[in-house]
Amino acid sequence: MAEGDLTKPTAAATGLLISSGEVSSDEILEAWIERAAGDDLNAYLWRATGEQAQNGVEGSGSGPLAGVPVAIKDIFCTQGVPTTAASKILQGYLPPYDATAVSRLAKAGMPMLGKMNMDEFAMGSSNENSAYGPALNPWDRGRVPGGSSGGSAAAVAGGLAPWALGTDTGGSIRQPAALCGIVGLKPTYGSISRYGMIAFASSLDQCGPITRDVTDAALLLGVLEGRDEMDSTSVGISGGISSPSASDLSGLVFGVPVGLLGEGVEPGVRAVFDATLDRISSLGGKIEEIDLPHAGHGISAYYVLAPAEASTNLSRYDGVRYGSRAPSSGLVDMYEQTRSAGFGPEVKRRIMLGTYALSSGYYDAYYGRAQRVRTMIVRDFESAFADVDFVVTPTSPSVAFRLGEKTEDPWTMYLNDLFTVPMSLAGIPAISIPAGLAPPAGGGPDLPVGFQIAAPAFREQKLLEAAFALESAIGFDGSPARIP
Amino acid sequence: MSQGASSGGGTAGATADGYEAVIGLEIHVQLSTETKMFCGCRLSFGDEPNIHTCPICLGHPGVLPVPNRRAIEFGLLIAAALDCEVAPRSIFHRKNYFYPDNPKAYQISQFDIPLASDGRLNEVRIHRAHLEEDAAKMIHVGTSGRIQGSDASLVDFNRAGTPLVEIVTEPDLRSGAQVREWGQLLRATIKQLGVSDVNMEEGSLRCDANVSIRPVGSSELGTKTEMKNMNSFRYLERGVEAEIERQKQLLSAGGRVVQETLHFDPSSGELHSLRSKEESHDYRYLPEPDLVPLAPTPEMLEAAAESLPELPAARASRYRDELGIPEAAAQLLSFETEWADFFEGVLAHDEGVEPRVVANWVTGEFAAELRRQGDQELSRSKVSADSLGSLISMVAVGRISHASGKSVLESMVAEGADPRQVVEEQGLEQISDSGELEKIVKSAIEANPGPAEQVRSGNQKAIGALVGAVMKETRGRADGGEVNRLLKKHLDL
Ligand SMILES: [Zn+2]
Repeated sequence: MAEGDLTKPTAAATGLLISSGEVSSDEILEAWIERAAGDDLNAYLWRATGEQAQNGVEGSGSGPLAGVPVAIKDIFCTQGVPTTAASKILQGYLPPYDATAVSRLAKAGMPMLGKMNMDEFAMGSSNENSAYGPALNPWDRGRVPGGSSGGSAAAVAGGLAPWALGTDTGGSIRQPAALCGIVGLKPTYGSISRYGMIAFASSLDQCGPITRDVTDAALLLGVLEGRDEMDSTSVGISGGISSPSASDLSGLVFGVPVGLLGEGVEPGVRAVFDATLDRISSLGGKIEEIDLPHAGHGISAYYVLAPAEASTNLSRYDGVRYGSRAPSSGLVDMYEQTRSAGFGPEVKRRIMLGTYALSSGYYDAYYGRAQRVRTMIVRDFESAFADVDFVVTPTSPSVAFRLGEKTEDPWTMYLNDLFTVPMSLAGIPAISIPAGLAPPAGGGPDLPVGFQIAAPAFREQKLLEAAFALESAIGFDGSPARIP
Repeated sequence: MSQGASSGGGTAGATADGYEAVIGLEIHVQLSTETKMFCGCRLSFGDEPNIHTCPICLGHPGVLPVPNRRAIEFGLLIAAALDCEVAPRSIFHRKNYFYPDNPKAYQISQFDIPLASDGRLNEVRIHRAHLEEDAAKMIHVGTSGRIQGSDASLVDFNRAGTPLVEIVTEPDLRSGAQVREWGQLLRATIKQLGVSDVNMEEGSLRCDANVSIRPVGSSELGTKTEMKNMNSFRYLERGVEAEIERQKQLLSAGGRVVQETLHFDPSSGELHSLRSKEESHDYRYLPEPDLVPLAPTPEMLEAAAESLPELPAARASRYRDELGIPEAAAQLLSFETEWADFFEGVLAHDEGVEPRVVANWVTGEFAAELRRQGDQELSRSKVSADSLGSLISMVAVGRISHASGKSVLESMVAEGADPRQVVEEQGLEQISDSGELEKIVKSAIEANPGPAEQVRSGNQKAIGALVGAVMKETRGRADGGEVNRLLKKHLDL
């Protein structure tokens, strides 16, 4: 088989090629390493050599995924391999241990291709907050891939990696997947261990797959999910995950939160969304209008809660034990110089926001209130799921925007997460699948539009089945070859 | 055995000059679990620095805490011993502050819903008891010994993450002496539970005192100062007394007490203000998102209640009420577990001897002899409970005199001698044959006509000289009462 062809199949298909003996895992790895070496999207922050990629990998050639390489967002600790969370403050940091998710992939026989670009400490929706420059959208290199898992999504969409591990705090898997025309799944909070995943907002952070199709997402989730004794908040998914096979949606009810969709959705995105609803109906699914009365406050609550947790999570970067330490005189000066030089502006903004929200005298007005909003959103979903099987929205209000277009106005940037944040606050699983193409608001070639489906907690299998049936009906080609 | 624990506390608070002291304590107890609070590193004391560390207790990126089940069980044991209410779901919080001994820049502690609250130990109410993790140990190189002005500061993370229980009392103590006594009771109680080494010098038990004064009869609290890090309850007593005195003089002179943290220097007796900025710290408490609420199962609560041993306070009342031992000796024995165990060993030797008598021997002659011979620790003494028991028995049945008993005790403490052997070898057995003793009494009267005449003419005190003569002749082997009786008989009294 010619080299170019080896990177063409999906991850699942690649696994079959290897296990059937048609190609060797070494050939596959070599092909992908060569693809990664040609990274013209600034997707990789670190690329493995063949030997490094195999480090710690077990059972090569035995399991169904053995030998299928994977790209890892640079937020996961990888033993002895640079891990920066795209921050200068962790420049040169070599973790002494592997994240649980990473070692689960290695145990399944999957080599690590490299560490992927992202927004610094996962704070951002465009990958422009990386200390190492933004990753680029393969559909239009003048546009953002989304964020924070921008490097992971760009690499999978651009054919630089077969699939990738991302993390999602308020939409960081789903939104870049949507903007790059691929599949991104944020599982239920607690289904995959967070151990070794550099914390941004601990009560929201969840890792998940970024893949070309729903089948790959199911396979990767199956490897990752499970209780981990190193993470007290992890529970796993009972029954595990199997490959989805549904071909219709009969008997299933899809709720559309009409109140939430009112404002700010680009017409092209809206059109793709409406066409997808029609397709659901044609597959036997039922569309119902629902109300999530508090979901509109999700962004406000999220931008109190997440920075509050981040402000304490990021306090450990003090120059004492690891990472960078700025020249200084005395202890307080060391803290100030190190943190001033090490963190980028968005991270600083959120640390200050979060510190303020937790200050005595303000705690209840901000953090306490945001927690109450979060509880209301949880209840909104609970009552919605009493009537419907799924809640559906566009993943993002817009298609990929131009680099620099939103960097001057944080609030406009935050609104990108309008449809993804409520599910994060509720801790429920949600998937984004590519649903079609639409012209950007300012004109230009068509770009991918994501369709988001959310399900009750731990109903990943049901969610994947529905996504699989819909994906087959839409027939969107997620392969890099599709990109003009 | 500590001196002076018998000087009944709790009453010395109201002072002659119209002020009373109000004192509350905060006690940190390092739990003696095998491993740390939130990771698998071993606990140690005095090992080479930074060998018991891992990514978790060093606060590396991405790590998560997992609570130590044993530490929770120990916490529940302490809660049961202090008669506390256990919260059905207590919450861990992050207490945020920057310091090199605090690797995550937050300490995982408990805040608004602690493990246990509303307890009591004797006369002092317990406000709360909660679980948390210890900080690393800092060593400041240079002359100052503090971080300011030191040449360098070194951090030893072996201690980081050691499980702690912090116990906070209500402000129910009234004097330095009471602080010492109650502190010793608390230490004995925790030691009895076997959950901590409670060694103040090594820092496995640390006690801070909040001190204020107010006019007698007032129910309002005055401004308090905090006294930190005293490494013995005796020093804490002195420090608290010094601070009470300082505050009284300040208020009497029309001044005001300023809220501050103080250090008492036991060698100079002086109080120093630790001008740390800590007073103004905003710890920005946040419910720890990495941990689920701590909800002890009914089985865990039952196990804690069932494994409670007899605690020092209960032991003291049993000694007093059932064994008829005076309050002071009862406390002295039971507040130090090894003394209480030793006492019960002595008691078991001969059930015929009154417990009160045994207690007197143990806390009196025996404790004094240990002190006299080089301040020996009970645990290192050569005297077994059984041999002391047999000595006391011999005295009690009149086989040897009390005076002989004391001299035998001397050689027991010195060389671990067997008391029966000493009595035999030195011929100390009392003259039980009253015919023989009568002969000696008669010759003593004849040999001392002067004192004999004085006694006959009504000077009772003069009989001492005659008793002395008899004792000298018998080398202390005579029973004092019997000698008195015979002397009076032959002097026709
Ligand atoms: Zn450790």
